[in-house]
This record gives sequence, structure tokens and C-alpha cells, in this order.
Amino acid sequence: MTAERAEKLIIRLQNVTKIYKIGVERIRALDGIDLQVRENEYAAVMGPSGSGKSTLMNVLGCLDRATEGFYELDGQDTTKMSDAALARIRNERIGFVFQTFELLGQLSALKNVEMPLIYSRNSWRSRRKRAKSVLQRVGLAGRLKHKPNQLSGGEKQRVAIARALVCNPSILLADEPTGNLDSKTSEGILALFDQLHREGQTIVIVTHEEHVACHAKRIIHMRDGRIYSDLPIEQDFVYKTAVQNDTRGKLS
Amino acid sequence: MRAVIGAAIAFFQLFYQSVYLALGQIWTNKTRSILTTIGIVIGVASVTAVIAALSGLKAKVLTMVETFGTNTIFITPRQPGKGRLRQPPDWWTFRFLPEHFDGMLEHCPSVARFSRVGGVGRRTIRAGERSVDNVEVLGIEPAYHQIESRPVVLGRTFSVIDDEQLRSVCLIDPKLRDELRLDRDCIGQSIRIGHHAFVIVGVIEPQPRLEVGESSEEYYEVFIPFRTIFKLGEPGIMAFAASKEASILEEAQAEIRFFLRRTRNIKPTELDTFRVESLQSALETFNKIALIVTLVAGGIVGISLLVGGVGIMNIMLVSVSERTREIGLRKAVGAKKSAILTQFLIESVVLCFIGGFIGIGFGQLLTMAIANIPKVELDMAYIPLWAIAISFGFAGSVGIFFGMFPAIKAARLDPIEALRHE
Repeated sequence: MTAERAEKLIIRLQNVTKIYKIGVERIRALDGIDLQVRENEYAAVMGPSGSGKSTLMNVLGCLDRATEGFYELDGQDTTKMSDAALARIRNERIGFVFQTFELLGQLSALKNVEMPLIYSRNSWRSRRKRAKSVLQRVGLAGRLKHKPNQLSGGEKQRVAIARALVCNPSILLADEPTGNLDSKTSEGILALFDQLHREGQTIVIVTHEEHVACHAKRIIHMRDGRIYSDLPIEQDFVYKTAVQNDTRGKLS
Repeated sequence: MRAVIGAAIAFFQLFYQSVYLALGQIWTNKTRSILTTIGIVIGVASVTAVIAALSGLKAKVLTMVETFGTNTIFITPRQPGKGRLRQPPDWWTFRFLPEHFDGMLEHCPSVARFSRVGGVGRRTIRAGERSVDNVEVLGIEPAYHQIESRPVVLGRTFSVIDDEQLRSVCLIDPKLRDELRLDRDCIGQSIRIGHHAFVIVGVIEPQPRLEVGESSEEYYEVFIPFRTIFKLGEPGIMAFAASKEASILEEAQAEIRFFLRRTRNIKPTELDTFRVESLQSALETFNKIALIVTLVAGGIVGISLLVGGVGIMNIMLVSVSERTREIGLRKAVGAKKSAILTQFLIESVVLCFIGGFIGIGFGQLLTMAIANIPKVELDMAYIPLWAIAISFGFAGSVGIFFGMFPAIKAARLDPIEALRHE
């Protein structure tokens, strides 16, 4: 823990509250969240549906603004930023990976990966080179010209991860990245996340699957818009149960 | 500076990618896109065809003006405030008398020459056993040849004596000569107009066939001295004149008008009972008509572009709603509102340009069809470059105008809801 404290702070949430109004009803999707994520952390956010984990993800990804509270990303206060400034933050500092991949069917893998660079400044020079190298990093060097419908589910998600990484983001946010994949392919994607983590990438992953969460180094449990458990993996009850149940010791 | 260049290149890439995506989108939905652009296609095709027809007509008229000379003046009797005289009583009331023109050259310094022309309508011409119906018989003076650029190619012109002594001599046009089976050198042979025999003294250059609206049926002419025409009946008289220079044509027309008002005893408060016209003034009239036709056609085209534009707007709204997730994703990876707006505007403009392109193709086909309609004299119809530029300009404007609402709608989408959209 002391070694981790020395790492740079990427995310700092202070008393973040998100209230949705549906008709006259006010729903507290997030209720006073305090959270810090440091550089090269690999955290998993778990919780049942309606626990607020997706809302947290949207706030972390600057797609949504907190109703109350304070959110600092890379030392920058995002709470009072304009829409255009937030778009730039999303472009330069955040990489999204979605459950349903969200690739554009008309574009090749390479063009899909290049897309975020089109919205960024000063990246025109090395655009293609960067897209190629990041596709290589996710193991798709031979699939540059393939369209999404020519790729398998796992390959599609790798393209999506490459797209998330192409702008060299401070944080990679993955929302149920293996939700649409079979277990074998899922393991491949999770191995890729492990590899990225070893290479120094900060990752926050949202999932309700225990075996996915067990790849992370820290597990955050949410319920009713609050964090009720935030511990390193060795101390987390989900991990402990999983180790106990896994007689072959695959996860250790 | 580098940042500016970077931003410019980033915009170009966005532009290029938007065009690429738009073409892909259109190609994926070929049938839908073609149906959508039909309004634009029809609008552009009709505007180019109308402009092509008018351009062709104008080219024709200009050729005609050049053929007949730019300094020719036509003097005809007219009932004040009405068109060409048709009814005999009007003709009688406002007809010219030969003496109306006496002394015109002395009083009109800008006029180089003039010829009175008397017509007695179409007559039957006989030579031996042969006869030709519907031949125009005109009484002319020698200046006619020069004014109308129709010299005598064989034989001689009429002399003053021919005219004064009302000699029965005539000039014949080569087509009539051939139709009557006369010798090639027919000088000295005689023909009969009604009961009168005329001796041929020359062959006149045939009429250039350029008159707009002229029927293609054969048209023959026989010319006799101006005064001799009175032997065949009471003629309708008009006059052809030529100004000394093309540049003083209007002065010449004004002088003639002033002179004729005096010789015809028209009081200052009364309107002219004749017209002094030139092909240039005919050209101005033509230009006015062309402008009116252009405006009317423009209105119709405007309506069809409006309808086409609504079609474009409709399909763009469909496109925005179909691609909500894509918009959400683009926003998630950092597209600003302006980038999304640009993308959808470009798509709508590309759609309209494709419509414009097809429209110009159809316009070209229509123009070729118009040019090949017999007897309509539009064979010179062509689409000028500026019409193509205007067509694309209009198509592009329609794209921007009607694409704006869907594009704004796309730009304003909330990324979270857009990504959740099914």
C-alpha cells in the first residue's frame, strides 16, 4: 500500500452524487462516492444492476456530469468544463471499451482504430503508424484491412481495445468487455487486459462476473449508489470465495 | 502556426472521412438514396434543359442578326397599341403610301439607304406548261440587294427606267427557276404572273433559311420593280433601311420615326401608326422574353428543389436515427458537436451533389432530345458551363439548408442515451 501511494493520482472523486429526475421522482444513482485511482492500478467495479456502476463509469468517462461533488482527472478539475473541453478530455485521456464493441461496420479495423485520432489535434503525422502499432499490440497485425463482419467476436473486441488505446489514454474504462463473448474468448481478452496492466496501463473495468473481477488487483463493490467495499484483491471476499471453490487453484 | 496547420489537416481528414462515410452510407442504401435524390434530379435536369434551350435560341437569334446585318431597320405599319396588322380595314387605315418615304435619305443623315417593298401576297407563276403556286411576289428597289445581302448573281438589277416606266421585268430565285424547268441561264425568258407576262432580267441570291419559326415548306420568291407591283393590285408597303454604321442604328431609327410622323401627319399627341424596328431591338425583346421564361422556369425549379430538399431532410432524419449508436460512439471517443454536425451536413450535401450530377446527365439527354426535334429550330441548344455551376451551387445549398436540421439533431444527441439506443 505504501508503494502504491507514491504513484500518481489519476482519478479523484470527492462526494460525487448523481441525481436523475424521472418525472417528479428523484433517483440518486450515485450517492456520495469517494474514490481514488492511481497510475497503473487495475480495478474492477462490481455490483448488481441498478447499483450505480454504469453511472459511475459514465461520470469517470466524462460522458456524464456529477450533480454534486468534485471529479479530478489527471489533476484537472472536470466539473466546470465546457462540453467541447470534455470531448477533448474523452479524446485524449480516456479509452472506452464497450460490451457490444461499437465498431463501425463500413470501416476496416485500421480505420476504426484511426477514428479517435481524427478528432484529436496534432496527431495527423503519425496517425496510421500509431493505429498499426496499437493493433499489433493487441495481436491483430494481420487483420488491418478486415471489416468488422469478417472478424470474430474476440477480434472485434481487440479492435475496440486498440481504438481505446490509440490516443494513449490515462485510463482505460471497460464496461462488461466480455459480456458478449464465450468463456474461451473472454479469457483471451482478459489476458490482454493483464498484459496491458503489466505494460503500465491504468484500467477500470465494470463487471458483474466474478472470474472477470478476479483478474483485477482491486475490487470495488457498489450497492444503491454507494461503495460498500473497496479492498485489494487478496482481501476481497469474492476472491477468497473463488479461491476456496477452485480446487484446481487456477486463479492463484 | 504548426497547430493551425495541424487543425486544418485534422479538419481535412474529418472532411475526407465524412465524404468517404457518406458515400459508403449512400452505396449501402442505393435504392433509398436514388429515390431521395429524385427531386433534386428533376429540378436540376429541368433547369439545365430550360437554360440549354434558351441558350440555343439565343445563339440562333444572334446568328440570324449577324446574317441579316446588324444595321438593318424594318419599317412596318402598325395599329397603335396592337400587334402586326391582320385585318384589311386596319391595313387600309394605316398603310404606307409610296410618297411617305419621299426625301427620307435627305432628312435622315444616319440612314445609308432604303428600299420600299410592296407585296401583293402569294400568286401562281406560270412558264410554258409548268406552274408553281404560292410564290411571294415583291416589288423592290435596287437598295434592297445590299440591305438584305441578296445580290443579283446572274443578269442585272432593276434600273431607274424599269421602275419609272413600270416595266414588266423580274428577278427570280434559283429554286423557282429550277421548279419551273427554265434554263440555267434564264435571262430573257418570260414567266406569267396571273395574266401579266414578265421578262427575267436576273437571278437573285436565295434567301438564307434562318428565320425562327419558319415552316420548312418550300418558299419561292419573284421580285419586280417597286412601281410595277401596282399593276398587279394595291400592294401592302413596308420598307427596309440600313444605317451608315451599326453603332448609329438607334439614331437612324429615331430619325426615320421623326420623319415618318411628319410625312404621315401624325399629331404630337397621337401614337405612332408604324414601327421602326431592328434585329437589335428584336434581340432586346427576345432577351426580355428569355428572362421571363427563365424566371418562370426558375420558380418551377425552385418548387421541385424545395420538394427534393424535404425528401433529403426526411432521409437524413432517418439516417440520424439509424446511426444513433454511431453518433454516441463518436462522441464517446471525443467528437465535438461541430464534428458531428459537419459529418451529417457533408453527407446531405454529397447526396444532393449526386442528385445534381444525375440531374445534369438527364439535362444533357433532354437537351439532345430538344436539339433533335424537327422544325423547332433548337438545334443549337447546349448547356453552358455556368448553368452546371449554378446547378451544383443550388444542389449544395439545398443540401446545407435541408441537412441542417437533422445534423443539429445528431450533434445534440446525448452520448450515453445514444449508446444505449437499440
